[in-house]
Amino acid sequence: MTGDVPNDDMTPTDTATATALSRPSSRSSVRHADHLALLESHAIFVLREVAAESERPVLLFSGGKDSAVLLHLAVKAFRPGRFPFPIMHIDTGHNFPEVVAYRDARVAELSERLIVARVQDSIERGRVTDPGPGQSRNRLQATTLLDAISEHRFDAAIGGARRDEDKARAKERVLSFRDALGQWDPKRQRPELWHLYQGRVLPGEHVRAFPLSDWTELDIWQYIARENIELARIYFAHRRRVVERDGMLLALSEWVTPEPGELVEDTSVRFRTVGDATCTGAVRSQATTLREIIAEVATARTSERGATRADDRFSETAMEDRKREGYF
Amino acid sequence: MAPVEPPGASVATDGSGADLLRFAAIGSVDDGKSTLIGRLLFDTRQLFDDQLEAVSAASRRRGIGEMDLSLVTDGLRAEREQGITIDVAYRYAATPTRKYIIADCPGHLEYTANMATGASTADLALVVVDVTSGLREQTRRHTCIAALLGVDQLVVVANKMDLVDWDRDAYENVAQQMHALARRLSIESCTVVPISALHGDNVVDRSDAAPWYEGPTVLEALESAPAGGWEAVHGDHLGTGARLPVQWVLRHGGGRSYAGIVGGGPLRPGDEVVVLPGGRRTTVTGITTYDGSLDEAPVGMSVAVDLEEDFDVSRGDLIASVDEPPLVTSDLEATVCWFGSQPLRAGDRLRVKHTTRVAPARVIEVLSRFDVNDLTLVDATRLSDNEIGVVRLATGTPLVVDPYRTNRVTGSFVLVDENTNATLAACMVGSPPLAESHIHLVR
Repeated sequence: MTGDVPNDDMTPTDTATATALSRPSSRSSVRHADHLALLESHAIFVLREVAAESERPVLLFSGGKDSAVLLHLAVKAFRPGRFPFPIMHIDTGHNFPEVVAYRDARVAELSERLIVARVQDSIERGRVTDPGPGQSRNRLQATTLLDAISEHRFDAAIGGARRDEDKARAKERVLSFRDALGQWDPKRQRPELWHLYQGRVLPGEHVRAFPLSDWTELDIWQYIARENIELARIYFAHRRRVVERDGMLLALSEWVTPEPGELVEDTSVRFRTVGDATCTGAVRSQATTLREIIAEVATARTSERGATRADDRFSETAMEDRKREGYF
Repeated sequence: MAPVEPPGASVATDGSGADLLRFAAIGSVDDGKSTLIGRLLFDTRQLFDDQLEAVSAASRRRGIGEMDLSLVTDGLRAEREQGITIDVAYRYAATPTRKYIIADCPGHLEYTANMATGASTADLALVVVDVTSGLREQTRRHTCIAALLGVDQLVVVANKMDLVDWDRDAYENVAQQMHALARRLSIESCTVVPISALHGDNVVDRSDAAPWYEGPTVLEALESAPAGGWEAVHGDHLGTGARLPVQWVLRHGGGRSYAGIVGGGPLRPGDEVVVLPGGRRTTVTGITTYDGSLDEAPVGMSVAVDLEEDFDVSRGDLIASVDEPPLVTSDLEATVCWFGSQPLRAGDRLRVKHTTRVAPARVIEVLSRFDVNDLTLVDATRLSDNEIGVVRLATGTPLVVDPYRTNRVTGSFVLVDENTNATLAACMVGSPPLAESHIHLVR
């Protein structure tokens, strides 16, 4: 496993991540109904509801922290049974190796089925145009995702997006309808009353389901600490060679090389999000434990995506525009 | 009131110790809902620097001053272009003891369905009234819908007090009308706060402008409201015996457990239960989550239940306590908020989604329409878009229901277009909770 991930002394006693198919030992007391327990119960409810109402659901997994929480919740929702859906990774080809290693280890540990849909394949099939070496393939993922949904005839795609990430996402339903072209129409969303989630669609249409809709970045981190969920190492502070570009720290890799005049720094950083390596920025940090990360997240003055995602900086409505086209 | 700490001044690493309150900001268009939410987030320091920068840049670009706080929540291109809210925006805030999930609802009549979406999961409604215009039809409609949806706590703001020079009579006028409306809708908790969302008076910081006002600020009212969550008692929502709509069957080593979220209760091992609509009785032998077994499962918790008898139980069935069983019926009377572009009439065929059960349904009769201005039920034969009324329905298979006033889970359902799968109505079993009306179920 990639993950002798540093957890310090507040690690809870339970061993959920280590246990793939059996239940851990019994715990008798009712957990206090704090906000995380309520969010957890609701997310499990959404996962079961989507699995029950859809013919062919799929769970989208990026290897990031939200995906890690989503997988953990799926374990809680469906064990001791198998997941009623495969796991699918939309692979831009611009990956942090630690994240791919984490993905493979986690899927193997769970013994669930993994589908990898590659942006490179979409490029080779002429579905999208390669933006060129070193350019972000983030936006191209929408085509690869929609093609995979259509190829596998998925009618529900479960994702880890959160409403606190972006102002367009703040508007989206927990179960969000996509038409036969995969488009989101934010002006004509279906009413979503109570927790009566309605996942039925006509052939060719699908829904996106977001069990973590009401979780904030801090909730995610606190839940990871509470449940002792393993993460890819790049979330913890480590030394890395970076360049500062457009106000972001980009990690040097085969796709990101220093441009003339750019200063290469070898410094301690961690990542707040995981995405296409060409447009995902690192933050300067010494936080090597969950406790230290949570202290940093709780006092951060820059939003998660604002700090680290070049893809959201095009315009006021960059995310809305991408979502309309079928992006996550 | 303790000074507001910046977010994260003291957080528990594992998130323990905070409860959860969901509230919906409602009221008429242009009365200042989005500005109030923006102000609340700004003054409690929930906004990140880059978000503030974006709002500030957008404000300057539109020539509307330095910082238009309504832009914090209006996130869609069309909303920014038109300067209105089209759909609910969800925002999040935290104080040292409480997490807030905020639904900023649209005010326009044509987006009432989106407002109902935001209010249907709320513990409290924050009603925004423009003091210069008083209560409008949409203020009444929204408050009625929130009340119908079971929201039993109102924090009302008399907004734009700066435009009436903080005139006490103007405030009292709004307060009186809102208290009368709340009484009529059987809402006991109603606090009215004079504010200026634009300048931040009495939102988070107490204002010097109204020395005659001794009540709480908006934040104080929110902080002291009873929390939501699974221990929440909803006013005259009396609660029912144990209810578990079966969502999913978990198989393990030859046995089966029935998974779902507890919808009434609590449910305990040893409870005698009946599985409905079938009607067979058995005993709960165990309640588990992935983390282990439980002595008690409270309302709102996702659990799996083991039963003594091994008979066929599947998704859509309801496990209920034998002492206070729900009603099994194919003929029900419900309060309907209709969102269809075509009117709802007798004979219409629709699909019902109720708990985890789906059934075909037919409209027997539209009994009455709810007049939101004088708060009475008047005779009607149809319901148009955004109208509320009482309707009698027949379902193709029996539903297992409680009156909505006693249970928001087993008392609620939606109507769906059989062809397009569009959600067309929010429905609550029983009549509207008007002060002198009675719950009436057709048996």
